Amino acid sequence: MDTTKNIKFNVQSLNLFYGDFQALKDISFTIYENEITALIGPSGCGKSTFLKTLNRMNDLEPNVTLHGSIQLDSQDINKDMDAIELRKRVSMVFQQPNPFPKSVYENVAYGPRINGIRKKAQLDEIVEHSLRQAAIWEEVKDRLHKSALGLSGGQQQRLCIARTLALEPEVILMDEPTSALDPISTMKIEDLASELKKNYTIVIVTHNMQQASRISDRTAFFLLGNLVEYDTTIKLFSQPSDKKTEEYITGRFG
Amino acid sequence: MASQKINTLSSSKNSTFQKIKNEYFWRTIIIACGLFIILLTLGIGFFLVVKGTGTFIRMHHTVWEFLFSSDWSPFDSTTESGGGVGAAIYIFGSISTCTLALLFVTPFSLASAVLMTEITPNAGVKLFQPAIEIFVGIPSVVYGWIGLTVLVPFIKQLFHPKMGGYSVLAASIVLAVMIFPTITTVSADAIRSVSSEYRKAAYGMGSTRWQVLYKVVIPAAAPGILTGVILGLARAFGEALAVAMVIGKTRAFPADILSPTNNLTAAIASDMGNSANGGEQNLALWTMALLLFIISVFFIFLIHIISGKEKKKHA
Ligand SMILES: Nc1ncnc2c1ncn2[C@@H]1O[C@H](COP(=O)(O)OP(=O)(O)OP(=O)(O)O)[C@@H](O)[C@H]1O
Ligand SMILES: [Mg+2]
Repeated sequence: MDTTKNIKFNVQSLNLFYGDFQALKDISFTIYENEITALIGPSGCGKSTFLKTLNRMNDLEPNVTLHGSIQLDSQDINKDMDAIELRKRVSMVFQQPNPFPKSVYENVAYGPRINGIRKKAQLDEIVEHSLRQAAIWEEVKDRLHKSALGLSGGQQQRLCIARTLALEPEVILMDEPTSALDPISTMKIEDLASELKKNYTIVIVTHNMQQASRISDRTAFFLLGNLVEYDTTIKLFSQPSDKKTEEYITGRFG
Repeated sequence: MASQKINTLSSSKNSTFQKIKNEYFWRTIIIACGLFIILLTLGIGFFLVVKGTGTFIRMHHTVWEFLFSSDWSPFDSTTESGGGVGAAIYIFGSISTCTLALLFVTPFSLASAVLMTEITPNAGVKLFQPAIEIFVGIPSVVYGWIGLTVLVPFIKQLFHPKMGGYSVLAASIVLAVMIFPTITTVSADAIRSVSSEYRKAAYGMGSTRWQVLYKVVIPAAAPGILTGVILGLARAFGEALAVAMVIGKTRAFPADILSPTNNLTAAIASDMGNSANGGEQNLALWTMALLLFIISVFFIFLIHIISGKEKKKHA
């Protein structure tokens, strides 16, 4: 693999249990900086679960036990870091667009505000910058102070991305961010992700093989809690080394 | 076995007819009940308007006098008139006790609602909810009585007011306790129904629990909380007995919150029984009742505006 890239996440022997049920089995791999890493696999294989471990969203669920280590920039996120600080560096965008029932402006200003930024001028600047980065500024600049719930689904999702960008995280986790959207909105989000990887590290869960092959640099294939194969996207989709990967990407199951 | 089968067969043959009959039957009953309630409400409203406007139409007093004068000296007979019908003291008594009650109770209600939904949701469902439901069921005379035997002497001991413990403060506290369950349960429902998607979004960006609560959940629940507050306020305005027992029933503006005064409901309750039907005092009391009715209609109207706005926002 390309060794000139910086390692962002280093996951070693990760096992995760919901009560007695083991949802992740001995997962080890590395996620590289300024890349898009796609997580694929059939429903229930543990993609979302894995994604949530990266910013400790699973802390919020009861009965979760976790073994193994996850390092972010060589720091153990479970031992050496505060979950709140971690989530500001590694933020999540969800499947259902979920803007707050506030104005467009207030949605984007939320992150900076919880980080203690109060000055109007500074907030204005962050809001505009984040909305521009999320390629939605032109569409919302005239309705910044109207409710975000009035936007279309695709616009809401880009707004959620803008809201995350306003926090200036290092990593953006996206759990099937386009599965609730129409093809045009999907394309816009994909373009956006490709653009954003210059400055951010992106980990994206997707059910859509084309999407994974279009936008990601590396792909991880999960099956029943196991990481079956992890490779550059080009390699994984052209010459998968595992039989099960091949069956999955050619659509023979899943 | 066999006979049972035949039985169910024959009943299923009838069932379509039966179903239609049942459906129409129940629907008719339900529509009739609904119409009855609507007619009853309209009827009461109409009755109150007819009775309550007598002060202005038959006795030729002005609305201004009724609302802003404190000269309350109506004649209590059907033949004489020309006394004063200024209800300002009563109106002020109602407004001041209700406002104070609201100021006292809202922080407690909000804190309890948050506690039972967000902080200890299990205990919330098992302990708080039933406890609060019991609160709702206690008759107001009991609240009044407890106020009279515990609160009034306590205020007297604590502050040594000139007129004993009967006061605006005592009435406000009793009202606050009485409307606590309403505001708390409605607010708790509003907080519970805030979409978990909002919480997830907020946590996913590194919010603390407190930030999620006061920057996301409570603002999202605000219209519901406001509805609870208005319902509580409506209940406070309408409460008569418990207030009458502790307010001191003194026809004077209170000098401070430790002074006694009187309010609309207590005045109506104590004077209506012995006022001559159709006399000046009787009609003035009806006008006070009409005012209470208008206030409650106004509150309901507010609640509808709030929920209408909410629906529009989410559409
Ligand atoms: N909170 C939970 N408690 C118990 N089991 C859970 C919980 N969350 C997920 N699981 C189980 O863990 C497994 C992995 O779930 P996960 O949501 O990670 O799958 P996924 O790959 O994201 O699936 P999908 O593509 O359907 O989103 C599933 O079998 C699921 O039922
Ligand atoms: Mg999932």
